[in-house]
Amino acid sequence: MYGANANPNGHGHNYVLEVTVEGEPDPLTGMVFDLRELKQILNEQVVEPMDHRFLNREVPPFDRVVPTTENLAVEIWNRLRPKIDRPNARLQNVRLFETADLFVDYRGE
Amino acid sequence: MKLTRRYRFSASHRLSTPRLSAEENRRLYGKCNNPYGHGHDYVLDVTVEGAPDSYGQLVNREVLDGLVAERVLSRLDHRDLNTDVPELAGVVPTTENLAAAIEAALLSGWNIAPRLSKIRVSETDRNIFELENRNA
Repeated sequence: MYGANANPNGHGHNYVLEVTVEGEPDPLTGMVFDLRELKQILNEQVVEPMDHRFLNREVPPFDRVVPTTENLAVEIWNRLRPKIDRPNARLQNVRLFETADLFVDYRGE
Repeated sequence: MKLTRRYRFSASHRLSTPRLSAEENRRLYGKCNNPYGHGHDYVLDVTVEGAPDSYGQLVNREVLDGLVAERVLSRLDHRDLNTDVPELAGVVPTTENLAAAIEAALLSGWNIAPRLSKIRVSETDRNIFELENRNA
């Protein structure tokens, strides 16, 4: 089923995450979303808990859920959406690259 | 959810149509009309759409790789698109026409659960063709 991805001691990826936020620019600031705040949200919700971690052991729910890139994209979406969605902006797409040749797009469908 | 997997193949072609004169072909296709053809390192992105199964996978990578290898890569890689590919017989092998032939080849052998969402064929970094699958 999982091939080399099932090797017992795990393996690593340099994941790349693209987050797309959709909305109308705020009339005062001219911004759809304050990029400093977005960076802070991404750091708190994704990078700090996941970077250089062994997903299967250190990052719930992946102690119970298989950490496929599909499941990881869903988890990232679920963490980000409540922090990002607001009246003039919403999380539109999470694109997670496992390698340069494989990525998943998730929009909460 | 969509999953996109990237593949590569190399092939040669020459753009020329019997419906135009030699001079008109040269004007229309420019260097791509040079008599002995030329090659590209094509990049093919295949996007499938569906929901992850109980094993957390939208599609098994090896199964998708096998399908693309059998239907597309084994038929196109290191071939001359003008002479070696029955699906392109009688058609100018522009990347527009190539993309349509790739989509047809994939769909005719499609035996996996998620639907084909789209393909994207890059002839070079600057010339990229996308084809959305309009079939249900």
